[in-house]
Amino acid sequence: MTIIDSPSFVPSTVTGWTQACRLDYLIPGRGVAVLLRGGRQAALFLLSDGTLAAVGNIDPFGRAAVMSRGIVGDRGGIPVVASPLLKQAFSLIDGHCLDDGSAALPVYAVRVDDGIVSISNEPVTVESSDG
Amino acid sequence: MNPETTTRKTVVVAGHGMVGHRFVEALRARDEQGSYQVVVLGEEQRPAYDRVGLSSYVGAWDPDALALPGNDYAGDELVELKLGRRAESIDREARKVTTSEGEIIGYDALVLATGSYAFVPPVPGHDLPGCFVYRTLEDLDGIRATAEAAGPGAHGVVIGGGLLGLEAANALKLLGMTPHVIEYNNRLMPAQVDEGGGSVLEGLVTDLGLNVHLGVGTSRIEQTEGGLRLHLSDESTIDAALVVFSAGIRPNDQIARDAGLEVGPRGGIITDLSLRTSDPNIYAIGECAAIEGVCYGLVAPGYTTAEIVADRLLGGAGEFPGADMSTKLKLMGVDVASFGDAHGTTEGALSVVLHDAAKGTYAKLVVSDDAKTLLGGILVGDASQYAALRPLVGRPLPADPAALISPAGAELGADALPDDAQICSCNNVSKGSICGAIAEGACDIAGIKSCTTAGTSCGGCVPMLKKLLEQSGVEMSKALCEHFEQSRAELFQIVQVTGIRTFSGLIAKYGKGSGCDICKPTVASILASTSSDHILDGEAAALQDTNDHFLANLQKNGTYSVVPRMPGGEVTAEQLITIGEVAKEFGLYVKVTGGQRIDLFGARVEQLPLIWKRLVDAGMESGHAYGKSLRTVKSCVGSTWCRYGQQDSVGMAVLLEKRYRGLRSPHKLKLAVSGCARECAEARGKDVGVIATENGWNLYVGGNGGLSPKHAVLLAGELDDETLIRYIDRYLMFYIRTADRLQRTAPWQEALEGGLDYLKAVICEDSLGIADDLEAAMAKHVEGYKDEWAAVLEDENKLSRFVSFVNAPDQPDPTIAFDDSGERKVPVLLGMPEVTRVSQ
Repeated sequence: MTIIDSPSFVPSTVTGWTQACRLDYLIPGRGVAVLLRGGRQAALFLLSDGTLAAVGNIDPFGRAAVMSRGIVGDRGGIPVVASPLLKQAFSLIDGHCLDDGSAALPVYAVRVDDGIVSISNEPVTVESSDG
Repeated sequence: MNPETTTRKTVVVAGHGMVGHRFVEALRARDEQGSYQVVVLGEEQRPAYDRVGLSSYVGAWDPDALALPGNDYAGDELVELKLGRRAESIDREARKVTTSEGEIIGYDALVLATGSYAFVPPVPGHDLPGCFVYRTLEDLDGIRATAEAAGPGAHGVVIGGGLLGLEAANALKLLGMTPHVIEYNNRLMPAQVDEGGGSVLEGLVTDLGLNVHLGVGTSRIEQTEGGLRLHLSDESTIDAALVVFSAGIRPNDQIARDAGLEVGPRGGIITDLSLRTSDPNIYAIGECAAIEGVCYGLVAPGYTTAEIVADRLLGGAGEFPGADMSTKLKLMGVDVASFGDAHGTTEGALSVVLHDAAKGTYAKLVVSDDAKTLLGGILVGDASQYAALRPLVGRPLPADPAALISPAGAELGADALPDDAQICSCNNVSKGSICGAIAEGACDIAGIKSCTTAGTSCGGCVPMLKKLLEQSGVEMSKALCEHFEQSRAELFQIVQVTGIRTFSGLIAKYGKGSGCDICKPTVASILASTSSDHILDGEAAALQDTNDHFLANLQKNGTYSVVPRMPGGEVTAEQLITIGEVAKEFGLYVKVTGGQRIDLFGARVEQLPLIWKRLVDAGMESGHAYGKSLRTVKSCVGSTWCRYGQQDSVGMAVLLEKRYRGLRSPHKLKLAVSGCARECAEARGKDVGVIATENGWNLYVGGNGGLSPKHAVLLAGELDDETLIRYIDRYLMFYIRTADRLQRTAPWQEALEGGLDYLKAVICEDSLGIADDLEAAMAKHVEGYKDEWAAVLEDENKLSRFVSFVNAPDQPDPTIAFDDSGERKVPVLLGMPEVTRVSQ
């Protein structure tokens, strides 16, 4: 069993996991939408450096479940996903919006077991290094 | 309307030429309160057009190309334009004008902008058929008819070797005639150039095929069997098919004379410096005015008079500041410039001349007696120093005059000029204004043009605008984004030259970081433009912007709209039925687009392949409505069905759309083909617009809609099918290779150094020698084209991405909702979602 840490997540807060897909199915830089047990939706990304990230799938500005379809990249070194609707950028580390400080995406924990990727059913709290 | 406001006043404008139109524009722009309503009387049937550019009518024969922007005042309730009638008489007491149609119009202020008529010397035979003047579009139509009837090589004679005479001679040359010019003076353009400049000019135009007869006049013209015979004052004769009189213009001042207004001894309506005539309620502007006794035949001072009267009517105190009679022009391909005291009439003036008969250039600078101050100059053959020298008139010379005009001499910089130096004389813009605009953010020629109007009339000052930009020290970064320092055009070259085919390879070697929503789609587009690989193949799938990734247009609630291609706007009944059935089956909202096709809204991502299968099975394919790509080629029905159609516009539109479908470009590409000059396909508003003529196709380029609409401009006329397609191939590929990210064709063209002339040279004359390359690139695109919808349907891996959830593909997204209760089906957005705040 292998666990891959999402940056700075707190393991003890995770109550349950939903299986998403095989790790080798993911295209680096391309997101997929995951339906979580309990009804929430997550957008899962495999980044070009091999790490995984998952944030909420609902764009708080566009009010539609589309974040998995955004382009990922970095802004000033921070890994981000840009909403496909109006391009606001959200950090893939702690979910905060770099263009509008009033909004943030929930962040989910990700793990890989024997090549299968799973996502926490509920958002986790992320310790941010300096906000 | 506030009852306390004073009643609106009426200004009547007699004449709708360039200056009359400028006056209406200037008044309407300043009159925020709407204190004046304007009634314009235009003698010609056409509204104001660019008479200065009259010669460009030859060849394209497109009268609309000369129309001045805004000349119909559409939508402006305070302007009434009455065409086809003259102001005939003025009742100054009652303040009423009577028109040639008998209407009587009252005025509070009357502005006479009646212009001039072409003077025809009373030579016996001057009114024989085949004798013309060179002033209106109708004159040119008449000249053309006679020239074409006479056949190629027939002789055409222009009487008058001034500026307009040489333009007329060039027009005759373009019509295939053997042109002659007769000038009484001992040199051509006697007003602008001296004997030395005149001899160089004569040599240059003679080399271009013009027959020049100097120092003679015409005694009489007689009708012969073959046409006309001119008898010259030196007893020689010329047999010709037609004669054009270009012997000067006279002000149209009869209406003023009849009304008892003061007129000059040699004509012209006398005004003071505020352009007021001897009647305080009547003004005169443009060529018909004699300001303190002097008439001005150039449009730039005419525009100044228009602005002053607009200012005066609204309470201002503008005064005519005198006119800059400088000119710079290209006549028959020869550059000629004349400025300041060109003939050195100032007392004590000295001349420095460089006359190179071998090279065909002549340059003269007129300087003060101490050789320190520039007074004027003449340049023939090479007028490149004009933009730098003209603003220096009246100022100290920055270098030895001989050095300034010698080929190896000093390059004049913009820092030689003081801030109040007038850089653009047509629109009176100083160096200070231009530098101010640059400081406030204007970072290219287009920006300076829109902020200051400098460079928007004759264009002679544009080289100086460039110098000012270069010297402003403003660092204009052309970097694409924080990950790439190169511009899009540079990255395009790098991709072509290195053969790199992946984003990861490109950013590793030429950029930094991991990319973003700016550079990823840009690189995706470059890769797509340089190969026929599917845009979702391999790594490219991760680069595509929203729409391109799912090959559909994302809408507000996360559903998509689907647009099948309908080349030329043509569709069969069977296909329409299929579209209708698909819409019903999937519950889609249907709307017809501006591109002459059908858009189907409300498709969930997992429904897209199912919808495509139905459309592909019915013989349809992707319309690429989602891409920075070719969209449509609109058409009007043309010669197949329409009684006015000149060519088969639908056939050509379908051909072009099938040729360019799938092409990826810096921004969307919209084309159109119209079957005649009525232009029902609105091709002038398109990136590439094709308009049929009797003899072939006229090709227009660079039309855009959007925030700042631009009309396409004529690239080439009367083309056959093959040449048309070749030119469009080259134009599109040239744009794709060199434009900036998200730069549409109009701003791209605007920014091209050398402007339209340069573009014509590159596309039509292959001046860069890249035409074969561009055509090969387009041929490769045509060969490699495949419908990208069908390609997804054939590929399991790609198909597997079109699901609602990767772990629950059978479960539709429960958050997607529509509202069908109103007039039309609309998407419904989510309530505010739960937001997790970052812990501190």
